Amino acid sequence: MAKTVTDVICPFCGTLCDDLEVQVSDDGTKILEVYNACAIGAEKFLHSQAKDRITRPRMQQEDGSYKEVSYDEAVEYTAQMLAKAKKPLMYGWSSTSCEAQSVGHEIAEAVGGVVDNTATVCHGSSLIAIQDVGIPSCTLGEVKNRADLVVFWGCNPSHAHPRHLSRYSIFPRGFFTGKGHKGRKMIVVDPRNTDTMKMADVGLQLEQGRDYELLSALRVAFRGEDLPDVVAGIPKERIYEAAEMMKNARFGVIFFGMGVTQSLGKNHNIDIAIMVTKDLNEFTKFSIIAMRGHYNVTGSGAVLGWQFGFPFATDLSRGFARYNPGETTSNDLLRRDECDAVFVLGSDPGAHFPISSVRKIAHLPSVAVDPHITPTTEISKLHVPVAFVGIEVGGCCYRMDNVPIESRKVVEPPEGMMTDTDFLARVRDRVVELKAQAPVGTQSTAEAQGA
Amino acid sequence: MAEYLIKNGFVFDPVTGVKGDKKDVAIRDGKIVDSVSSSAKVYDAAGKTVMAGAVEVHAHVAGPKVNEGRNYRPEDKLFGTRVRDSKDTRMTGGFSIPTTFKTGYSYAKMGYTVVMEAAMPPLYARHVHEEMRDTPIIDQGAFPVFGNNWFVLEYLKNNEVENTAAYIAWLLRASKGYAVKVVNPGGTEAWAWGLNCLSVNDPVPYFDITPAQIVKGLIEANEYLGLPHSIHIHANNLGNPGNFQTTLDTFKLAEGYKTNNKFGREQTMHHTHVQFHSYGGDNWGNFESKADAIMDYVNANPNLTIDTGNVTLDETTTMTADGPFEHHLTELNHLKWANVDVELETAAGIVPYVYSPDIKVCAIQWAIGLELALLAKDPMRCFITTDHPNAGPFTRYPRIMKWLMSKESRDERLNTFKHADKVISSTLLAGLDREITFYELAQMTRAGPAKALGLAGTYGGLAPGMDADVVVYDINPEGPFTGEDIERAFTDASLVFKTGTLVVENGRVINNGNKRTLWVDAKVNENAQVMRDVEEKFLKYYSVSLKNYEVQGHHYIPNPYAIEVDATSEV
Repeated sequence: MAKTVTDVICPFCGTLCDDLEVQVSDDGTKILEVYNACAIGAEKFLHSQAKDRITRPRMQQEDGSYKEVSYDEAVEYTAQMLAKAKKPLMYGWSSTSCEAQSVGHEIAEAVGGVVDNTATVCHGSSLIAIQDVGIPSCTLGEVKNRADLVVFWGCNPSHAHPRHLSRYSIFPRGFFTGKGHKGRKMIVVDPRNTDTMKMADVGLQLEQGRDYELLSALRVAFRGEDLPDVVAGIPKERIYEAAEMMKNARFGVIFFGMGVTQSLGKNHNIDIAIMVTKDLNEFTKFSIIAMRGHYNVTGSGAVLGWQFGFPFATDLSRGFARYNPGETTSNDLLRRDECDAVFVLGSDPGAHFPISSVRKIAHLPSVAVDPHITPTTEISKLHVPVAFVGIEVGGCCYRMDNVPIESRKVVEPPEGMMTDTDFLARVRDRVVELKAQAPVGTQSTAEAQGA
Repeated sequence: MAEYLIKNGFVFDPVTGVKGDKKDVAIRDGKIVDSVSSSAKVYDAAGKTVMAGAVEVHAHVAGPKVNEGRNYRPEDKLFGTRVRDSKDTRMTGGFSIPTTFKTGYSYAKMGYTVVMEAAMPPLYARHVHEEMRDTPIIDQGAFPVFGNNWFVLEYLKNNEVENTAAYIAWLLRASKGYAVKVVNPGGTEAWAWGLNCLSVNDPVPYFDITPAQIVKGLIEANEYLGLPHSIHIHANNLGNPGNFQTTLDTFKLAEGYKTNNKFGREQTMHHTHVQFHSYGGDNWGNFESKADAIMDYVNANPNLTIDTGNVTLDETTTMTADGPFEHHLTELNHLKWANVDVELETAAGIVPYVYSPDIKVCAIQWAIGLELALLAKDPMRCFITTDHPNAGPFTRYPRIMKWLMSKESRDERLNTFKHADKVISSTLLAGLDREITFYELAQMTRAGPAKALGLAGTYGGLAPGMDADVVVYDINPEGPFTGEDIERAFTDASLVFKTGTLVVENGRVINNGNKRTLWVDAKVNENAQVMRDVEEKFLKYYSVSLKNYEVQGHHYIPNPYAIEVDATSEV
């Protein structure tokens, strides 16, 4: 016999599907089968069941080998590291719950740390563009119920957000979209002939790095002005055709991804994509939505926002919150040797940062909190494995359209494993103790100014 | 047993009718009491003003649009960012859209102990509650928006008031909401297609219902349930020259309805930020005040309460569930526009705005807000707000009090506008000599809003048995004092007690208090049709499943204060 847990939230990508069904053994310790999830989501659930999973913290020795330590020792090491540091970088936060993020921020405030999330190498440029020009947007259910034109720009949901097309954007039949995909037009813009592009009504395979030009050409076309014969490798007739489709849509939406946020032009690409959307609202109704990656990177930006006022790259080292991308962003801090300790939770910079940054982490006091073994845990002095959020413990997560959903606990974590919220709460309490003991003159700037 | 005695202050309390007499206020275990033992801690308030904690009836302080405002305006943090007050408080930042910690501390320092979040999109209710959880000290509730909700539109098209009421009860529980908020009824749904409803008779696309039908139906459903608050409306046609007529049309929709509640509430409609709805003229050139026409109606109709929405002449961040208005505004001022349409429920827009004293229209708006309060015959039905942050940040309340309480201060402002002559000729303010008294101020900021919210037994007064939210301001009401003295005194209270805990002393936050979240738990007869409709809409049209919709759990609402309403009837 087995029991089935329904309406399970998938803690993988920003699509945050909430219709999974998970079959669990009677004693509630084992996941037997995962239904409705995409291949990536199902694998995340099943991977949590791995026999060789690390269940206790481990400290890297000088010879590179690992020694198992207790959670108590891990808490002490982490608290000491953070309390002693002048400006620790506290990075990640995108694969954990909002409650954990909140406790992490308390620690950062107490030690004068810099809190940065994965947007720093992902949609940070989108956030900067929004600060420049705003963003007309909508929830994914609006797309499902109303959209008759969907544009995917620099993103490939067929692989990166596999259920996006079927749950929200292309296939579903909504209130005003009873014909499903037959009633929707699909435009895909990408330098590659991706699997998403292959489905498109209009595929614009532009020259790499020419997104800004093409977006700008669309704005020209909306106004009926003249274009050069070819822009970004696309003949002008096709640009006019796409522009007319967009203007004539009843409800349109642009989804965009890392193809535009981290290629040549960065935030300027998003800036003009938003202006394209704003222009279209002169003619019809149009929205634009970022295809956020991690399942709760959006939540990290939200919690940082209401607690400190900025969505990422938030420097608390002066006792008040500062934000200056390019200065307070993780890679800039690491490469300029501005931080003296690194704490990573809910992300894997070892796999995604430039090697010059990864080398710096390897040479600094460092703690990585992650259920998996990752390139980051391999270069950190201390690896603290924790229960999987969304599988072994619940917590609030924000979908790519900022909709908050409470994730579910499906099974018990392996015996004696801590959750990240519990671990962080213990580190916070210990940090507060250490800071209270610190002799005058060794306090962080925050403490000195606050006192 | 915690006992406090606040001695010898000049007490202003509309609930007990005390008008500035020298009296003692006694507190025991979080409540106001008649007397305390000799072991009570004594605070001397001689020469100072004592009032109950103030009650905020309408402010946008928590939730998705507030937070989008914070995140997309880093420039708002250039000023007003501060290190911690003490080891027990958090760092703060932001001016027009402060962080949650700053929101809690700033309200508390001004003596506000209850704050209502004015617009909660139900799908984002968790976000609203997470922010309120992180807003220290003040008790809060949030108003879910109903005026463009598909369930409501469909039920009311067929006059199904009982079903509407059952759905309201269900949604208040699911979102842990406090009252029925209506924003641009029908117009925001129209906005999903880029359209709007500018009068109470403009039909809503597809749904084939008018704003008038929505408003009347929601009043009926609200009174059917007997909720503590009335419907809380932001009418159609906000912000446009000549819109006072739409406002009067909206007021008239409430005529003929009787209140039904056990909370002592007397109004059937609360109209919010009326300043934005009191405009004459038909373009920005002949734009003028119609505060007199509006207040004539309000004064004559006791079934109405209003709040002002005073313009504070600051750079601020406008945000509203009136999606089409924000698009209109960005076309007007060309500043950055954010918008979110929310499936089946609502929408919201955000645009920064600079209310410049050098711009005629802004100065007229400033005058209209003050005129509304000065023309109000019953201060128990007219409350001071800035529709924070829309007409200005709530931290400017003391400045508004200065303008209302000192003719000299407001004339000084009025006469130094760049276009003073035009402003004076388009408004009534220069001819208004009234100065709001301390007692009237207590009505407009304490007893009045508490009563309108159905919370008169708990907040807004100093009668024995009420919550011990007590504020001491360092100003002698017997004078002499200047306008500046008023602003200073009401910015940083000398003492603030929140449910009997001293949270502010001499303008510094010393305790994070015992914050509660208010919500209304309305019981209705089982309604199979509504539950079937709910299940169907979630299955077919929502992007989240029904089981993942309801806000539950300690990490959203650690300290709930549920107000129960029983609207079940024998079948």
